[in-house]
Amino acid sequence: MKEKINQIISKYNSDRSRLMDILLDIHDEKGYVDKNDVNQLAKSLGISAAEVKETVSFYHFFSDKPRAKYNIYLNNSITACMRDRSSVKEAFEKACGTTFGHVTEDGMFGLYNTSCIGMNDQGPAAIINDIVFTNLTPYRVSKLIEGLKAGNELRSLIYESNGDGNNADPDMHAMVNNNIRKGSILLNKDYKKFDVIESELAKRSPEDVIQMIEDSDLRGRGGAGFPTGMKWRFGRRVEGDHRVIICNADEGEPGTFKDRVMLTEFPDLVFEGMVIAAFATGADIGLVYLRYEYKYMLKYLNRILSEMREKKFLGQNISGIKDFNFDIRIQLGAGAYVCGEESALIESLEGKRGEPRDKPPFPVEKGYLNYPTIVNNVETLASAVRIIKNGAAWYSQFGTKDSTGTKLLSISGDCKFPGIYEVDWGTSIREVIEMCGAEKVQAIQVGGPSGMLIGPRDFDNLSSSDLMKWYKPSGMMVAEKFFDRKLSYSDLPTGGSMIIFNMERDLLRDVVMNFMEFFIEESCGSCSTCRNLPYIMKMKLEKILNGHGVRKDIDDLLSWGKTIKASRCGLGQTAANPILSSIVNFRHIYEQHVQAMADYDNTFDIVKSVEAANKFVGRKTEFHSN
Amino acid sequence: MAKKVIATTSLAGCFGCHMSILDIDERILDLIELVEFNKSPIDDIKTFTKRVDIGIIEGGCCNSENVEVLKYFRDNCDILISLGECAIMGGLPALRNGIPIEECLQEAYLDGPTVKLNTKKILPNDAELPQLLDNVYPCHEVVKIDYFLPGCPPRADLIWDALVALITGSEMDLPYEVVKFD
Repeated sequence: MKEKINQIISKYNSDRSRLMDILLDIHDEKGYVDKNDVNQLAKSLGISAAEVKETVSFYHFFSDKPRAKYNIYLNNSITACMRDRSSVKEAFEKACGTTFGHVTEDGMFGLYNTSCIGMNDQGPAAIINDIVFTNLTPYRVSKLIEGLKAGNELRSLIYESNGDGNNADPDMHAMVNNNIRKGSILLNKDYKKFDVIESELAKRSPEDVIQMIEDSDLRGRGGAGFPTGMKWRFGRRVEGDHRVIICNADEGEPGTFKDRVMLTEFPDLVFEGMVIAAFATGADIGLVYLRYEYKYMLKYLNRILSEMREKKFLGQNISGIKDFNFDIRIQLGAGAYVCGEESALIESLEGKRGEPRDKPPFPVEKGYLNYPTIVNNVETLASAVRIIKNGAAWYSQFGTKDSTGTKLLSISGDCKFPGIYEVDWGTSIREVIEMCGAEKVQAIQVGGPSGMLIGPRDFDNLSSSDLMKWYKPSGMMVAEKFFDRKLSYSDLPTGGSMIIFNMERDLLRDVVMNFMEFFIEESCGSCSTCRNLPYIMKMKLEKILNGHGVRKDIDDLLSWGKTIKASRCGLGQTAANPILSSIVNFRHIYEQHVQAMADYDNTFDIVKSVEAANKFVGRKTEFHSN
Repeated sequence: MAKKVIATTSLAGCFGCHMSILDIDERILDLIELVEFNKSPIDDIKTFTKRVDIGIIEGGCCNSENVEVLKYFRDNCDILISLGECAIMGGLPALRNGIPIEECLQEAYLDGPTVKLNTKKILPNDAELPQLLDNVYPCHEVVKIDYFLPGCPPRADLIWDALVALITGSEMDLPYEVVKFD
């Protein structure tokens, strides 16, 4: 094994910044990284063992203990729970003979919970040895485990056939479905591959390209809505030996799965967008940060990149343009929501823990390996291609005056047609509800857990800027501080995830609790506010739900929630939003749970709390009333 | 104006907060003009002899006796103040909260390197002893607490200012340095 690891290290030239790839390869090889491996890696890469260890321990899909032959990661996002995840979980436990968080004694099965894996429209879903299994039911689980025990090959046990569209591609072989319900200018089969690289770029100067993007008013689609043209212009201006274009494909916000569909059906469009961005900014390094959950696409995506290289759409003198050199590498993540934040993503790309950086300097000044770096979302890059092809004026006819173009919505939850909808900006939520066939809607979570929970009174006035007051984008918090510019992205919060809850759902017990658990699990732990407050607030919510709440508890939650804004990154700052926005919009539900007359209550039970110690020392629990 | 009545106690604390009360130095003479002490280690009165205006609690609750005393204070005091880190958050004693109580006892009475003399493996289980709680609890998780004075210990000036504000009914001056610790 030592020799094998040495081979892996030399494959990456003993480059410390490739630690993620080295660890991923070791996991492919033996399933985990032990103490000896850590020491070997530290020595060969010239870093301390602690640096290796802290990286291993940070990511959900890395392990320092032996894992099983089949590692089953069952997704626990809210929509999976709404589709009877608990029975599926029980079925796994029964069939495998162990509980979640454990490996069976024979080392055959390991059961793990995992945060949203981008399959909200086809949950409950699980990742088993990098293969995605969707639409799980107890029956399917028992058959699956039975099959594995009988020695069948994992892939042969996919219950349905391959999914629609490119999911059936031989390099992907996935049972995942795209569920594209409505296309427009991005999800458009008329797209002529690499047309812009081939025939448009040579005609234009980088300056022209940036000007077109600026004229189109394109804004970042990952969350913050930062003006893309401005980011590119800034990136071009900063001096550097190299410049870097990063495509952020780490959509980890529960309920978001649009990037998965874009990369499945239109990877060419996304990569072409990267080439355009490189042309405009003078970048020569291209990186795609692909979340680990989408590893099943890796081979397929790498094939598209090879095809591009063959056709000279990547490499030296692209499309015959002298000195236009640019190539793209796909970096896999290893399971960490916070890596969707651009500076954490860059840390991870450099082979470190995905902890957000202090800003400034911003990534466009000092990003990947300190080079000027432009991080754009999958959807933003794809939009850029359409703008350069058809012109800024053409693009501006879609959407509204202050929010041009279209938005991909990932819709899931209580509706007839969950999936991807490409809508013009300015579409009202009521229209979306009708579009996806949702009925008796109680609430909609807009923009994932870090977004806000809204009720029927907001359905008609989606364009009101009230929405933005609560919605703090989770992807790129940088934007607001960056040029001290106020965003007027007054329409839909741009993450584009919408989870629908009907009247039968228990908003607090099921939805808000699930989201808080998500934030507790996914905090990187760097700031004490985001590390502690979600936990403390969840305890408080539990107290309220258990009938021990008083009015002051609701007020405490609101006032404590303010403190969390002291966290370093946008993700941490929004970690209290499930509670805050549900109090603002659904305060009556909280008030139903708290005691009207009491001003103090607790959950302290002295008899229970002395039992353990008394039992240990061999003493009867007795209290004399006096 | 009748003198206000004050009571104090130390639960799972180190008496450091009480030392800090004494640190008001000669102002203790002014304080005696304003207040009288009832149940308190300062005057060694063991039981409440009258209704008390302000009860000051040092330390959190680690055993059944702490809980009993705390409830006794709540029943007899109009206002309760959690004084210092241990009363407010459990403090140092709460470091054991991450460890099961069985393990703590095992280490403290059976396995620890300093317990060699416990050859008979005796565990503290006499009925006279307070019963140990599974965790160390901050006071406000056991009874309602009205005010919190942070610090380890809270500075004498903070205690003085808080008491004067409470007794005279004036607003307390809380500059940034007083509430910011890191």
